[in-house]
Amino acid sequence: MTQGFLSKNPSVLIFLSALAIFTLVITFLSNAYGAELISTSMVKTLGKTLCLCLIAIAMDLVWGYMGILSLGHFAFFGLGGYMVGMWLMYARTRDIVMQSSAGLPLTPQELSDAIASQIFGVVGTSELPAIWAFAGSLPFQLALVLLVPGLLALVFGWLAFRSRVTGVYLSILTQAMTLALALYLFQNDSGLRGNNGLSGLQNIPGLAWAGQDRLSVWFLWASALALGLGYLAAAFTVSGKFGSVMRAIRDDEARVRFLGYPVEGYKLFVFTLTALIAAIAGALYYPQAGIINPAEIAPIASIYLAVWVAIGGRGRLWGAVLGAAFVSLVSTWFTGGRAPDLNLGFYTVKWVDWWQVLLGLSFVMVTLFAPKGLSGLVDMFDGLRPPQRRGAPLGPDDGALQEREAQE
Amino acid sequence: MSGLLEVSGISVTFDGFRAINNLSFSIGAAELRAVIGPNGAGKTTFMDIVTGKTRPDGGRVLWGERSIDLLKLDEAQIAREGIGRKFQRPTVFEDQTVAENLMMALKAHRSPWRVLFWKPAGADHARVEELAVQVGLGEALARKSGELSHGQKQWLEIGMLLAQEPRLLLVDEPAAGMTLAEREQTTSLLVDLAKTHAVVVVEHDMDFVRRLNCKVTVLHEGSVLAEGSLDHVTANQQVIEVYLGR
Amino acid sequence: MRRLLLALAASFALAMPVHAQEAPPQSPVTAEAPLTGLAAVIAENAKSIAKPSRKTIGPIIAAIGAAGPGAPEFLEAWADKRLGERKSDNGIFLVESKGSVYLLSDPVTGALMGEAPRKEISEIKPNAGVRGLIAAALIEFQLSDANIAKRRAALVALSRDGGAEHLAPLAASIPTEPDAEIKAEKERLLGLLTIRYGESSADRVAAIESFGADLGLDFRASLNPLLATTRRAFEGAPEGNVAQELRPGKPGFTAEEAYDLLVAENRAPARLTRADLRAALEAHIENGAVAGIPLAELDTPARRDEAYDALEAAGLVPAAATDAEVAETVAAHRYAEIYAEPDAAVTTAAAAALKSVSFKVEAMQGADLALDALSLASIYFLAAIGLAVTFGVMRVINMAHGEFITMGAYTGYVVQLYISDYTLSILVALPLAFAVTFAAGVAMERLVIRHLVRRPLETLLATFGISIALQQLFKNIFGTQARPLTAPEWLDGAWVLNDIVGISYIRIAIFVLALIFLGLFLFVMSRTRLGLEVRAVTQNPSMAASMGINPDKINMLTFGLGSGIAGIAGVAIGLFAKVTSELGADYIVQSFMTVVVGGVGNIWGTLAGASLVGGLQKGIEALNPSNTLAAQTYMILFIIIFIQFRPRGIIALKGRAAGD
Repeated sequence: MTQGFLSKNPSVLIFLSALAIFTLVITFLSNAYGAELISTSMVKTLGKTLCLCLIAIAMDLVWGYMGILSLGHFAFFGLGGYMVGMWLMYARTRDIVMQSSAGLPLTPQELSDAIASQIFGVVGTSELPAIWAFAGSLPFQLALVLLVPGLLALVFGWLAFRSRVTGVYLSILTQAMTLALALYLFQNDSGLRGNNGLSGLQNIPGLAWAGQDRLSVWFLWASALALGLGYLAAAFTVSGKFGSVMRAIRDDEARVRFLGYPVEGYKLFVFTLTALIAAIAGALYYPQAGIINPAEIAPIASIYLAVWVAIGGRGRLWGAVLGAAFVSLVSTWFTGGRAPDLNLGFYTVKWVDWWQVLLGLSFVMVTLFAPKGLSGLVDMFDGLRPPQRRGAPLGPDDGALQEREAQE
Repeated sequence: MSGLLEVSGISVTFDGFRAINNLSFSIGAAELRAVIGPNGAGKTTFMDIVTGKTRPDGGRVLWGERSIDLLKLDEAQIAREGIGRKFQRPTVFEDQTVAENLMMALKAHRSPWRVLFWKPAGADHARVEELAVQVGLGEALARKSGELSHGQKQWLEIGMLLAQEPRLLLVDEPAAGMTLAEREQTTSLLVDLAKTHAVVVVEHDMDFVRRLNCKVTVLHEGSVLAEGSLDHVTANQQVIEVYLGR
Repeated sequence: MRRLLLALAASFALAMPVHAQEAPPQSPVTAEAPLTGLAAVIAENAKSIAKPSRKTIGPIIAAIGAAGPGAPEFLEAWADKRLGERKSDNGIFLVESKGSVYLLSDPVTGALMGEAPRKEISEIKPNAGVRGLIAAALIEFQLSDANIAKRRAALVALSRDGGAEHLAPLAASIPTEPDAEIKAEKERLLGLLTIRYGESSADRVAAIESFGADLGLDFRASLNPLLATTRRAFEGAPEGNVAQELRPGKPGFTAEEAYDLLVAENRAPARLTRADLRAALEAHIENGAVAGIPLAELDTPARRDEAYDALEAAGLVPAAATDAEVAETVAAHRYAEIYAEPDAAVTTAAAAALKSVSFKVEAMQGADLALDALSLASIYFLAAIGLAVTFGVMRVINMAHGEFITMGAYTGYVVQLYISDYTLSILVALPLAFAVTFAAGVAMERLVIRHLVRRPLETLLATFGISIALQQLFKNIFGTQARPLTAPEWLDGAWVLNDIVGISYIRIAIFVLALIFLGLFLFVMSRTRLGLEVRAVTQNPSMAASMGINPDKINMLTFGLGSGIAGIAGVAIGLFAKVTSELGADYIVQSFMTVVVGGVGNIWGTLAGASLVGGLQKGIEALNPSNTLAAQTYMILFIIIFIQFRPRGIIALKGRAAGD
């Protein structure tokens, strides 16, 4: 089956080879395994970018192929990060407490009290909240990486799709969900250290001997592997009849219903699947970032995600990956203060201050003039032209709301 | 009461306007029926109710041998029960090829999980090709359906309807935008189908209805005005008033 | 009775001059004229004044108080230890230490009378008890001082720390009080003081009841200490004014707490805490083991207890109470909450009064909450109305709406930079903000939104791009710190109904503004050509176009209108919130919620949505006042659930008009 699938989708092979070559090149240029030409922090940035590419794929599936503009996928990303962060923080604190204890060995109660007061001292409690019950166990916590965001997506999606909320309404609703989650996490008694978030995540318990140089490369490998597998899974999903149904739902979901397809079920399936992909991306991202706090979950992050995918070109997986990589790296470059100031004579443009303006405006430009994003440029080079559409406009975005209105 | 579809006493009100008023209708398992009526008689709303798009305020819609209550099902479930619909305005998925459109409509499991791992077998490809040839799109399988002409889209939609293999076909103005030859073809297709299927055709064009040569139901202001052969109903004084009188 | 005493003292004072004749000639009060008034009293009682005793000085203070002019000043000096006695003749003077001498002044007139060497004068230092009596007598003067400010000051001082000794002077000053307002205040204060310090329990109960269900904070503040309780343990039946008896093991009073109480009252030995246990064991580590148990095994509570028992048996550590002993000790006592106030009649009356008050307080808090919710709703209404208009007419969500609000607020700020009169500047800022944001909205419609017609999701994203660009632009221009947008003075302060219900004038103004806009909007929509065309485009754009209405123009105008209202909302919000580049973003999600909940295409829907969102937020905040973040979380969750039941909002377009 895979044989046929890959031969029918040459772009998947191209993408996977490119990813493999990229990973190898970075490895051989890294501090730990090669020429020491790329700093460890750069390796981390690239590793994080791969994770962002992965969540961009999730966004492309749910938005580009399915037409659900979710402004909540960074919530799942963040939740995945939190789940893995809980274990990282707990296990590391446990190691520290064990090392520093003298005299009697600690009872389990004393141990958990000591860990709790270490972790939760900043928010003024010393009790371990119930949600940390499994934090000591890596397998459990890894299961929660999938379970918690998956369940949230399932419940929210079920509620939202069941009531047939679509289009702009649905986007606003997902945004509200994200905001509710972020606000909840901002509280000190949320059990996740309020706005302090979880920190020190770059120190992997049990792997302290490896050092950050090697860890960063390992995480790069893991991220590349996840991205590769995610790309493969996404390409598989969109290639067959399932992909056909997804695009059909995007274009005219009422018609799909009359073909007998349970549209709500498909939406829920894809929404939850992409939430899981996002959660995995988050679980790999935050150990590289080292810190996670509720601000990362705020709706604005998810909107940026939509921006990346739109700039890259939605409706194609490699377009989304390209967009995420390009915009996030350029954004890092500009906001990192490394971009040279632009002297206009009467005014010096400091990119740290003006990057957002540029991003916002270029985003408007892309929406207006290049609806297919950067990948549309590639089409132009290939000499491909979009098909001439005749008849009543029923394209992906045409009057989605109007159609929904018509159903009442 | 041996009908495939039994509609009894349904009513719908839109903002005080009675679109359907105590309508009853029944069709057998292998029967061709034409539904005619002036604009606003409630033809499309009637189809909307049967396919689950609109919920009636009262009445019953029973289906099949087990007398399933269609009002309790949603659109997709009704479609899976074996009711197919062709819309007045051709609605095909313009971004996808003719083959993809047909493949999607092909009778098969509809649940996401089954569809995800579903692989078309040789028979499925053959069936798609056969359908395409049947509706005159054999050469256009790989074309995006958005590039088709209006008439071709009509045919594609009929092909999709056939691919679903429904027991009841609801066909809304199939002849609109077709050439004379295509109309003939459509007529014979529908008559053929009616030997094994229940077919309801909504049509304005009296010539077309006459060629179908079947029982006719006349709707007016949301309820049945007359029923019988075309000659019978056209002789009906009320029908004449409704169609010609005003 | 007190009054009688004062009268007596006064008559006594009148009789003074006769005795004064006999005073020694060296007395500071010269003998040439007969001594009268205060001077006479002082001379008469010089010895007692110089060495006052709390027990006997009362009548003398009363006499001085009644002696006429100069008495308050004299008493003040006395209490402040500024009096001295000349040893040679027991004369009383105002003294002031200056180098090695004292300056002497007349205690009645304050006139300088010369100086005396240090050793000739002994300073008069009344003790605290006496000073208290003097202060009480002084209050009496201040309470009837001719200066109204002094009377008020005395009342404020009394209400802060009045005592039993002030009851009589306060009561005495009421009949002669000329100012009605102060008189009422005095009567109220007298009641409050009687509740606490009244002599008989009947007086106090009567005082409590005289207040009825008064809502004043001061009344509740006087009741609360009466009802304060402490938990106590007793060997036998509880003693004192028992509020309620407690049974250990019931919720609210666990056996643990009972034992802790016993420990606190020294009726039982403290339990061994985990930390103590650990410390005790660590103190007895020998050869890597405690009492023969290896260290490595001491990581469970059971093994540790074992080790401790072994140490205890060896007599190395003090005995710790076992669980059985603890249970026995707990069972052997009775527990009760005891009122600090011993008088049962008073506590009963106070409890009853507090109950009826708190019922009324709750009702009032409800009213206050409703006012708060109303004001929040009107803010959301103002913020959301523009959004609802554009969404209703064009099916376009403007993500930059929040930035238009911000733009309005900054317009207000800039206007205030040039116009320093706040009233005038606000009057200028409102239309100017409308004009600025109207122009911005029209520009945005023409440049961006028009080209994305019928692509709502892309419009959403494009306007979002504008939103982030604008937000950063504001930061670059105005900086990140908050800019002031000051309300005119007449909007300062608040309309206060009582101690509980109150609302600031700014909020009232915003409410009025919201009402004005509601009216204006209704007028435009139902009475003008523009409104007719807008409604036509809302209901059926293509039909409207075929009727000769130019939908592009209508869209542009509507978008401008919606943005303009956002600008005005910005000025209004800026008056009470911090004007930063994120001002609008703070309100945008609530505005979305308002539109989503309210439904599209109908101003009443927006109104209902704003009321629901505002009311809900305030309601949830009231249930959990410490945590506004949680309130917002729950509100959003509620709205997500709400959408389940009314996916089209509270007021939705129905039937074929919705677009068939």
